[in-house]
Amino acid sequence: MFVLLCFQSGPASLTTEDLSTNANGPKQASLFDDDPDDLFAEATEEVSLDSPDRDVLLSDGPSPAITPMTPPTSVITPRIGHAHDDMFTHSSFDEVEEDGGDSFDIHISVSDPEKTSMSLFKLREFSVRRRFSDFLGLHSKLASKYLHIGYIVPPAPEKSIVGMTKVKVGKEDQSSNEFVEKRRSALERYLMRTVKHPILLKDPDVLQFLESSELPRAVSTQALSSAGLLRMVNKAADAVNKMTIKMNESDAWFEEKQQHFENLDVQLRKLHASVESLVLHRKELSMNMASFAKSAAMLGNSEDHTALSRALSQLAEVEEKIDQLQQDQANADFYFLSELLGDYVRLITAVKGVFDQRMKTWQKWQDSQMMLQKKREAEAKLQFNNKPDKLQQAKDEIKELEMKVQQGERDFEQISKTIRKEVGRFEKERVKDFKSTVIQYLETLLQTQQQMIKYWEAFLPEAKAIS
Amino acid sequence: MTTLDDSNKEKIRSVSVDLNNDASLLIDIPDALCERDKVKFTVHTKTTLSSFQKPEFSVPRQHEDFIWLHDTLVETEDYAGLIIPPAPPKPDFEGPREKMHKLGEGEATMTKEEYTKMKQELEAEYLAVFKKTVQVHEIFLQRLSSHPILNKDRNFQIFLEYDQDLSVRRKNAKEMFGGFFKNMVKSADEVLISGVKEVDDFFEQEKTFLLDYYSKIKDSTAKAEKMTRSHKNIADDYIRISSLMYQQKITRILIYTHIVVTMSFVSLQKVEGRVASDQELKLTELLRYYMRDIQAAKDLLYRRARALADYENSNKALDKARLKSKDIPQAEEHQQQCLQKFDKLSESGKKELTSFKGRRVVAFRKNLIEMAELEIKHAKVRSSIQLYYICFIMCTNELQYAWGICKILCEQI
Repeated sequence: MFVLLCFQSGPASLTTEDLSTNANGPKQASLFDDDPDDLFAEATEEVSLDSPDRDVLLSDGPSPAITPMTPPTSVITPRIGHAHDDMFTHSSFDEVEEDGGDSFDIHISVSDPEKTSMSLFKLREFSVRRRFSDFLGLHSKLASKYLHIGYIVPPAPEKSIVGMTKVKVGKEDQSSNEFVEKRRSALERYLMRTVKHPILLKDPDVLQFLESSELPRAVSTQALSSAGLLRMVNKAADAVNKMTIKMNESDAWFEEKQQHFENLDVQLRKLHASVESLVLHRKELSMNMASFAKSAAMLGNSEDHTALSRALSQLAEVEEKIDQLQQDQANADFYFLSELLGDYVRLITAVKGVFDQRMKTWQKWQDSQMMLQKKREAEAKLQFNNKPDKLQQAKDEIKELEMKVQQGERDFEQISKTIRKEVGRFEKERVKDFKSTVIQYLETLLQTQQQMIKYWEAFLPEAKAIS
Repeated sequence: MTTLDDSNKEKIRSVSVDLNNDASLLIDIPDALCERDKVKFTVHTKTTLSSFQKPEFSVPRQHEDFIWLHDTLVETEDYAGLIIPPAPPKPDFEGPREKMHKLGEGEATMTKEEYTKMKQELEAEYLAVFKKTVQVHEIFLQRLSSHPILNKDRNFQIFLEYDQDLSVRRKNAKEMFGGFFKNMVKSADEVLISGVKEVDDFFEQEKTFLLDYYSKIKDSTAKAEKMTRSHKNIADDYIRISSLMYQQKITRILIYTHIVVTMSFVSLQKVEGRVASDQELKLTELLRYYMRDIQAAKDLLYRRARALADYENSNKALDKARLKSKDIPQAEEHQQQCLQKFDKLSESGKKELTSFKGRRVVAFRKNLIEMAELEIKHAKVRSSIQLYYICFIMCTNELQYAWGICKILCEQI
């Protein structure tokens, strides 16, 4: 019973899965039940990255690592994979690397109460060091393997040439620290999302990424490389193709979902822009408060009435403390809301990409059907004209095409099925994600308010003491 | 027409205390009318003094009339030893007007909800500016009415009583004085700083203090204004976010985050906006008002310094006259006059500056207390709302009910 609860339906298929298949290809139909309620097993691994250099920062405020919330059900669900992933940024400025000068250490701890399946990992706790380009390399590998059969591969954080250059130059200032922290947090979320996906977790590339001590350098991830240009060209070609494909959508579910994601995309982008503006303004407020505090302090010094002078100095202190609060709040605004929204904007682009892949699959199927039709017509003509040798060739070709058509139809059905599951999973994850983040965010707001109350209540007697 | 009831007025006026308590002359501005950029104030007087024709009367006045009154007082020799209350600043509707412009431009791109919200905010801001300007004009008159010497001024009486348009008088005044004195006052600081040797310790201290304090308070005022602007920007962001949230089709999937974040933001935004305007009224207004008041005090010091300079010059002239043995009596008389003037200024100046200090301390105290109490109140409201929502989210899975309840709650905030 316990096992069942942990892995929902279908543990059998998972345990019998042959882990020795090191084929780099995707695992197909054998893995899937036809059970429509089969929601993928919950992740049994959690990866989080944080920086020991910045341990102080983290211990002060709420940790940005996403921790899963145990649902309030009466059934006892075992705690799943609370890993403490510590990733600390090690800024090794190796001038030889032109890509990412920074590398990140990932500490992974696999927590698996079952010990039955999930023998994917040799150790329970281990850590590896990876460069930023390694992350990008992992993503591009996963994308090439899984996107075209309908899996929503989480997108990796974007490169930023400007930011990277600043860090490389060795500036130890606030903005470059912020940049590194932002990147670290983004990479952590990316990796978390990737390992939460039960299929991706078992992918050999992912396992290699997490476990092996040395990774071959990912060369095709450089921004200005030939591979990069090729990718851009392909993207453009895809966009053009998308416009030309007119698909007869027979499935209302897909039509509705596609529209839903289009809307969501638009709304999230607008929301993201507004939240970014909020973060900016809050930072401004904190700056203005700090300068006001200084000014009030000087005013207090200048004041010759002693009690008033003291009160003004106290006011300056309160404003300064609140300014610090506002700064922290701005960070919370950013890490909780803004980054989350940004992630989802990119994720939805990935989702839309998957829908596009389905269209492409359909197109392929239709193309082979058309080819088959043509060949059949040609065969009929040949029969009419009585050319026996060419006829045999035609018949062979037709057989081939018939198989192709069948395969195309199977592919299309498969990708449709996969997408349904993926979308269901995505939506579930999204709700969880947003819920937990919103709660964390509200908690920071609450903390800020309560601190503010404390500060002002401490100030009030000073103000009353002016005589 | 906007009418401000008494309780509201008492709440918002906090830069000056103990005004308008003397029943023999009570002045207030019960309402004002705004036409385009011109504001018409209704000045209402209630008096038991026989110098007035009627015991109770009202007259319409424009901002320029107030300026005229202030300038004539400043240019009256007899009041050289007094701190003339600072003139009220011109009504400034620039902020709301800019916003209105932006609103008009962005109407096409905004949704209906966003537009309505921004319009509401605009109206609130407009009203706040309006209230502020009425308050400031009222305080100016009340300062005059509570000053034992200034409240007997003839021009003040004319201002309160004269039921015709004052613009004719204003033009005459301009022709007479031509702003001459004003130009002289511009270089007051230099006179004060470089100026004549100060014999009186009290005034020496006051001079140092006021010069320094003025520059500090000017700086603080500017920084406080920046702070309140930031608060307003944040409030605007909240409006935009909350209206975006309302827009989103309530799909089954987004509903959860939709509710929670929307309601929190909406409630926060209202409170944030209110805090911004309250803080503005309390702290910034206080600083701004006393900055102008200190300028008026500096003007007094300047006039005294000039009188001292005149006195010293008259001494020199007397010596010269004695040397030349010519026009000695005139020189002596002139010297006596200068001395008298200077002494009179010093005496009244000392009184004025002492009471000014007391006034300032009392006003700051009242303000700071009120500000702290407001901040605490608002923070408590905000935190209780947030606490509620956190508990709410964690406890419920029934999304439809959650949505309904949140909607009801939001209307009550």
